[in-house]
Order: sequence, then C-alpha cells, then structure tokens
Amino acid sequence: MNEVKPSPLPLSPNERGSLQADPFRPNWWSRGAWLLLALYVVYAGSQMDASWSRVIAGLHNTAHFLGRMFPPNFSRWELLVKGLQESLEIAVLASALGILLALPIGLCSARNLMPAWISWPARLLIVSARSFHPVIVAIVFVKAVGFGALAGILALTVASIGFIGKLFAEAIEEISLKQVEAVRATGAPFMSVIAFGVLPQVFTRFIGFCTYQLDSNLRNSTMVGIVGAGGIGGTLFAAFQRFDYDYVCAILISIIALIMIGEVLATYVRAIFIDGVSFADMLHHRLGSLQPQRDRLVEDD
Amino acid sequence: MLSIKHLCKSYVPGKPVLTDIDLEVTERGITAIIGPSGTGKSTLVRCINRLVEPTSGSIEFEGRDLVRLKRGELREARRHIGMVFQEYNLVERLTVMENLLSGRLGYVSAWRAWRRKFSAEDTARAFELLDVVGLAGFTNQRADSLSGGQRQRVGIARAVMQQPSVLLADEPTSSLDPKTSVEIMQLLADIARQRGIPVLINMHDVELAKRFADRIVGMADGTIVFDGPPRQLTDDTLKIIYGGQGWLQ
Repeated sequence: MNEVKPSPLPLSPNERGSLQADPFRPNWWSRGAWLLLALYVVYAGSQMDASWSRVIAGLHNTAHFLGRMFPPNFSRWELLVKGLQESLEIAVLASALGILLALPIGLCSARNLMPAWISWPARLLIVSARSFHPVIVAIVFVKAVGFGALAGILALTVASIGFIGKLFAEAIEEISLKQVEAVRATGAPFMSVIAFGVLPQVFTRFIGFCTYQLDSNLRNSTMVGIVGAGGIGGTLFAAFQRFDYDYVCAILISIIALIMIGEVLATYVRAIFIDGVSFADMLHHRLGSLQPQRDRLVEDD
Repeated sequence: MLSIKHLCKSYVPGKPVLTDIDLEVTERGITAIIGPSGTGKSTLVRCINRLVEPTSGSIEFEGRDLVRLKRGELREARRHIGMVFQEYNLVERLTVMENLLSGRLGYVSAWRAWRRKFSAEDTARAFELLDVVGLAGFTNQRADSLSGGQRQRVGIARAVMQQPSVLLADEPTSSLDPKTSVEIMQLLADIARQRGIPVLINMHDVELAKRFADRIVGMADGTIVFDGPPRQLTDDTLKIIYGGQGWLQ
C-alpha cells in the first residue's frame, strides 16, 4: 500500500508571499515564443515572392484552365473505368494486407503488454513505415518490382501498417489494466488474455482505424499512379500533360464519386461494428437517423 | 491448505509494506482481514496469487510454494485461486456469459478461447451459476450495462467458474451501498459453505466482518496484530488495530 506522506511543513513567510502573488501574472517566456512565431511567419511570407500581380495572373490562368475543363469529357470512359477499378483494387488489397500485418505489429509495440526487447523493434518498424509519404514509398517499389499495381499495393500496405499499427498500439496502451489483471488472475495463457482482456477493449476503435485507413488508401490509390504505381493516377497525369483538361475534369469527378461511395460504406461499417446497429435496422432506417446512438448511459469511448 | 510464512513485501527498498506475515488458512468459511487503509491488506491478498510479487517469504498452497513458481506453473496454480476485485474488473465490453466463461480460460486452449469454443459442461455450469448469483436472463447483456451489485455478482460467478480451492476477495463491498454489501457478503458466505472452500476477504467494514466472518485477522503497520473469532474482537483490540479511540463512540 502507499506510504503515508508527511503533512506539509508550515510555510516560511517567503513562500507564503509567492503563493499569494497574482495567479495570472504574465508569462514572459510564452509571450516571447508567440512573438518569435509571428516574426517567423512574416519572414517566411517575404521569402515567398508573392505579389498582387502574380495573384492576378494566377486568377487569369485559372479562369482559362477552368474554361477548358468544362464540359467534362467522358468519351474515353473505358480507360477511366479501368483506372478506377485498378485504384479500388489497390486500396482494398493494401488495406487488407496492411490491417493483417498491423494487428500483430501494433500488439507487439504496446509497451504495457510487451517487454522492451519486443516493443522497441516493433515501434521502430512502425516509425520507419510512417517516415515517408506513400508517394515516396511508391517510387521505391516501382524501382523494385516495376511499373504497375503491385508497386502501389505494396506502397499503401506500408502506409497502412504505419498508421494502423501506431494507433492500435496507442489504443492498447490506454486500456484498463484492471480488466486484464482479472483475466490474468484466472490462470489464462497469454494469448487468451489478449483475446478476452485486451481485444474487447480496443475492438471498436480498431474497426474505426481500419475504415479510416481504407478511406485514406482509396484517396492515395488515385495518386500513386502519378509515379507509375498503377491506378487512375497515371491516366490523370497523362491527361494533364496532354492538356486534355476536359478529360481531367471527368477523371476528377469520377474520383470524387469513388471517395464519396467509400465514405458512405465506411459509415455503414462503423455503424454496424461500433454502434451495434444490425444490417436489418439499416435497411429500415436512413443512416442519418442511426448516428445519435453514440450517447450511451455508461462511460464508453 | 494455504500457509503463508515470513512474507515480506516492499515496493520501495527499505520501506516494507508487509513485514514477516505468518498466516494459515485451512478452515472453510470466511476469514476477514481488517485494518486501516495503507496497512498492506490488499498487498497481502494480491501476493497470494502473485498479482503483486512478494519480496521474500513463502506461500504454500496445494503442496507447492507459490512464491517460487515459474510462469507456466504459476498459471496452473492460479486456476485454483479465485479472485474477486473491489472494482469488479469485469471486461466491460464482453457479455455476462463471456465474462463468466473467462473464468475457464486457464483450462481451455488459447485457440479455442479465440473462437469462443467452450465445452458444453462449462457453458452449463455458467448458466447454473448465473442462477445461483441471481442473474438468470442476463446472459447476453454487456457487462457495462450492469449496476455495481450486479457486476460484483458476475465477478463472483467468474471466480467460482474456476472451481477454485480458495477464494480471495479484495475489498469486494467497498464500492457498493450497505444493502448490496450485505447481499454480496451473504453470497460469498453461501459459496464458502456450499463449496467447502476458504474465502479470504480483505475489508474495511468492521461490522460487516463481525457479522459474516468465521475468523478475523487484524492488521496494523504491515503486521498481524489480531487473529481470532469475531467475538474476541473487543474495542481494545480495535484500538490496537486502528489506533486512537475517538472513532469508537
């Protein structure tokens, strides 16, 4: 049990004086920091060589550009659909693979469950997966496995491991160890403690991370094509370079549609797993009316 | 059954919380450990199943010294030691049934546990125990939807699911109202009697201890200062355990 702390000694007049001082007196360190930040913003702005004439010229270019984008040109829709399909495949496969790998890696890097000699290598792996933007990773994989969707899948898998692994590990580090202790006290083997004491506490958050990652992979899968790693991005980049702005517009509209569909699907998945809405309920209600189920009476995250 | 000898525990070297505890728990029925806060009651109970690692001493249980067991052996030994917690420590997001069955995890392989494949016998026992603790019909309710008293009943049922040969309880009634506390103590007393196992409870409420315990152990400053049946627990002994006397009026 905790040691009883000795009661505080009577204050000396000096200490009493400092306790009675103005509780809101100015903190010059923090004021100085704000001032430095403001100065840096002004300095950085001056470096940018921004001027009104450039803004005006830019507006002019934009008008020209937008004018050529409309009406969007869907005549080459076959190429468009093929690109979107490939992007979708990249996103789904990378998410599945990433989730599968992030689960054990995230678990291993949770410092409250694992000894340091396991958690540090796992954390290092996650940090290195997070260090680079997916496009940079994609360039590396294009060099390694050649042009095409495989490079995109691998690049986004790495990104997924980094994101889900980190958040999953953090979620595990925040769990209530009392619940884990109770399962441990029954003599359960380690993997059973994970199954009954740990995972139930983080499962819904894990589902949340996975749907966010799928969402983000969907967006990124339209981009890795720019560096030749498959998907609609390649088509988009080519269209830009040939000044086919009406086709560019068609591609952009399709990407927006794809992302929106993904978003809706993710909302459904979250509603099922996190709010415990059954599929039948979903057919009966509009999704919007299902959202407010979150406020439960008991404490819950 | 359970024999503690020369048990010492210090979280910080040089500041012992438990000093040289000797305690034998052989008889069935309730043994209540009372004493002021911070005197090491919880630590003592937790040392038994090594949720807290003892610094020195021995705890003999079923012919083995628990203090010296390796991890695998400790897991095996823990299966026979049920534990009830002050804050219930149920897995909040699991159902009542899953919480009960988690008491069987020591007997079931991890692979089966992941797939929730418990034997029909275990499931039948769980249903039976739900009846015993008065929670029939709560099978598929999530633990976080239960009240404090109901949660503690699940906590007790989970411990009994282990078919323990000793039951430990770490302040099982401290988070409950007086009426529920009595009901929970009654439940623990019934289990002790019906199953013929010793129940070791550390508690704050002296009246409750006197009412239900067959034996009371008084602790002060990390040592045992009283050990005997409730009727021997006089005001003078209470003064020794808790110090002072103003509170006794």
